[in-house]
Amino acid sequence: MGPETGKKRARGRRAGALLAALALAAGVAGCARSAPAPGAGKLVIQNIGSDTMVNLAQAWAEEYAAVAPEVSVEVSGGGSGLGIAALLNGTADIANSSRRIEPEEKARISARTGQEPREFLVGFDALSIYVHRNNPLEEISLEDLHDIYAEGGPIDRWSQLGVPPIPGARTDRIIRVSRQNNSGTYHYFRDVVCGRHADFKLGSLDMNGSKDVVELVSRTPAAIGYSGLGYQTDQVKMLRVARRRGQRGVLPSVATTLDQSYPIARPMFMYTPGEPPPHVRQYLDWVLSPAGQKIVALTGYVPLRTDAPATP
Amino acid sequence: MNPPPFSPTPLVRRKLRQERLAQAVLAGMVLAMVLPLVALITYLVVQGAPLLSWSFLTTNPTHGMREGGIWPALLGTIYLVVIALLVAAPVGVLCAIYLNEYAGDNWLTRLIHLAVVNLAGVPSIVHALFGLGAFVLFAGLGRSILAASLTLAIMTLPVIIASTREALAAVPQAFREACWNLGASRWQTIRHVVLPNAISGILTGVILQVSRTAGETAPIMFTGAVFYKKIAAGDPFAYALNDQCMALSMHLYTVTTQVTNAPAALPYAIAVVLLGAVLAVNATAILLRTRLRARQKW
Amino acid sequence: MNQPPAPLLRRERPRLHRLAERGLEWTLRACGYSAIFFVLAIFLFVFREGAPLLPKLDWAQVLFSPEWYPTSRVHVRYGVAAMIAGTLSVTALAMVLAVPFGLGAAIFVSEFCTGRVKETLKVVIELLAAIPSIVWGFIGLSVTNHLIQRYLPAPVGLNLFNAACLLALMSVPIIVSIGEDALKAVPDSYCEAALALGATRWQTVHRVLLPAARNGLLAAVLLGVGRAIGETMAVLMATGHANQFPHSLFDPIRTLTATIAAELGETAVGSDHYRMLFVIGLMLFTITFIVNLLADLAVRGVRGKTG
Repeated sequence: MGPETGKKRARGRRAGALLAALALAAGVAGCARSAPAPGAGKLVIQNIGSDTMVNLAQAWAEEYAAVAPEVSVEVSGGGSGLGIAALLNGTADIANSSRRIEPEEKARISARTGQEPREFLVGFDALSIYVHRNNPLEEISLEDLHDIYAEGGPIDRWSQLGVPPIPGARTDRIIRVSRQNNSGTYHYFRDVVCGRHADFKLGSLDMNGSKDVVELVSRTPAAIGYSGLGYQTDQVKMLRVARRRGQRGVLPSVATTLDQSYPIARPMFMYTPGEPPPHVRQYLDWVLSPAGQKIVALTGYVPLRTDAPATP
Repeated sequence: MNPPPFSPTPLVRRKLRQERLAQAVLAGMVLAMVLPLVALITYLVVQGAPLLSWSFLTTNPTHGMREGGIWPALLGTIYLVVIALLVAAPVGVLCAIYLNEYAGDNWLTRLIHLAVVNLAGVPSIVHALFGLGAFVLFAGLGRSILAASLTLAIMTLPVIIASTREALAAVPQAFREACWNLGASRWQTIRHVVLPNAISGILTGVILQVSRTAGETAPIMFTGAVFYKKIAAGDPFAYALNDQCMALSMHLYTVTTQVTNAPAALPYAIAVVLLGAVLAVNATAILLRTRLRARQKW
Repeated sequence: MNQPPAPLLRRERPRLHRLAERGLEWTLRACGYSAIFFVLAIFLFVFREGAPLLPKLDWAQVLFSPEWYPTSRVHVRYGVAAMIAGTLSVTALAMVLAVPFGLGAAIFVSEFCTGRVKETLKVVIELLAAIPSIVWGFIGLSVTNHLIQRYLPAPVGLNLFNAACLLALMSVPIIVSIGEDALKAVPDSYCEAALALGATRWQTVHRVLLPAARNGLLAAVLLGVGRAIGETMAVLMATGHANQFPHSLFDPIRTLTATIAAELGETAVGSDHYRMLFVIGLMLFTITFIVNLLADLAVRGVRGKTG
């Protein structure tokens, strides 16, 4: 053992001291922040739920930070089911949901918190049917969509719809793009298109987010997919949708959603576990005000009133 | 006329041909892996370069995360990595010391070894399930940095144990025997001779785990990472242990799958930051290891 | 480990020292046992969350039916057969790609390289191992997706082949590093004997080293398999996540790991769907346990023979 070992030992000791210092600092910081006294720091609103609404919720949170800087709105996605589950667990102040709350979920929340969950309608979302821009198809009916997507539906190929071979597609098979089975969008599409007592066909590509669907369809000539109106890009084509074969189809837009001529549009809700506390109530009031609804239109959704600026 | 002596016979010539062929094929295989890798990384850097800047690293995301920076995600990842390693390193090192210096060659030791190997092989999503069941729900920590870090700590533990064992085993037995013959106890030997000589290997093993911890997404997705959270820009103590946090890996996932109309360079830039940080830390650890290994006196 | 000889003047060591050392030994012992504790804990907690559903499951449907409809309003079905097929097929294809390249690289690096080149290659392969799986998933979704769709006869770029290529690149570093260890563990005397008989390097490798290192190379492959089976984010993003049996190389598929990752976030804690995902987690844990057990036995074979 010589002077070298001493140096090594010193280095080891220095490393150990550094780690200990870091640990101490982190611990002190953690302790210092772990219990914010009520009213002393920012008020936090936990906003959890629908992936469809997450971009909108985020846009609201950002805008509201300028309106009321003492309130911090924290947004996460995860799906409508998760948001409502978070209401049940008490980890969310507001749940975003792109579907109506089920009666059994309502009952569970009432049982747990003692109050009925309050529902706020905050806007509408039109579900568009997207295809690749090379696809010559212009419109489709709900019945055709049922035959394509629902379990037992007979349509598997584009030729069955009378569509000529799509340039760039290497197959006649219809590549169905869908969402994963817990998303509000999936549930809603299943109810409207497959029917309340049916399920989807196996083998659809179940994407994770609304944006993924549009991206994939824009790259895959043989694909068809459904996603929110707010996720359209100029790389995909939206189809006109008719309720029955032979009827004229309607393009989704603010106007056709509000007058209910577009058949696949759904309301977007925010739920609170019972009567909301004042700072949450103020946020909800702002969301429902023209300022908040303007954000709805800007993000590509359908606002509650027609006097809001039209979708770009 | 006889061929000159020491010239190759046909048999030898064939052997040499096969040898050269084998060498070429194997070198080709290695190139076939290395070249696409280099090409991919270059592509990522080139695509992400327009957005990379100091302010990208230190500002909050704005406009639905399409603009601004990635500061909350960067800080969140740093918190998760530091806390996870602070928990895993001591336990892992002590476990390896036990296995290498104290344990006898019996069924219990073999069982521990089997447990370490299995812990290393558990899929990351099963770690996520465990973290959810044990830390978030059972221990009541809720979705928080603490729960996520503990999940990550359990994930890196077996690798730290394995690399520490290697570092300890590299210290020659002669060192230990010399100490024992001088009358030192087992712990005194470890503390004064074995550990100082193995510390470089131990440290590099721990530092190499930074990359794994920073890059994992599944274990933190359900235990503490969140889609969006605004924190004080540039403040290194902005998160508390029971807060949720953003993380680079989770941020890359959400920007790729959920943020519409984001500039094309944004996910590439996040990937470059994550990859760059990870590769830089690893390269430092490898450099450290090479330099320290050169100084070893055995 | 040899026992240190008993110190000469035991009675003169202060009692406090001896007690402290005893306490330290017990701490070390506790840390040593912690690995067993954690493995059991993982199994127990996953089992705890999934157990209430186990008696209600129709195992024939679960294991052999591809119909996975956990959120159906009319007919809830938990068939994971297509996902098991997806996991197995993507792992098998990844190994078909990774094993030749990985073993080839291991042989090249350990037998045909020296000095600087060897060190550089080893560092490059270590850095390959450091790339996070989310970055691989991103590459699969954004880069190789388009490449495959443009240059190969695939109708959609997110498919089995895409994920298998990524998994192969992820497993190669493990196969290379453990394979190299296995080749190094073969006693020098074998190689020296072969060289003395006039064998070239390739002949030595192919007729002496590979057979001798068979067990260790098998272990390397098995650990690569374990890595591929357990991978989550890369396959989630690159396979297209379609619940169907693969009929061609370019069909989108879904794996067990990706299903859990995609659906766990949106389930209500305590619901049947939530518990079923934990049951799938148990299945994964069992599969990787068996694979790792086999790998360990193979490695033990190596150590036993040459140690």
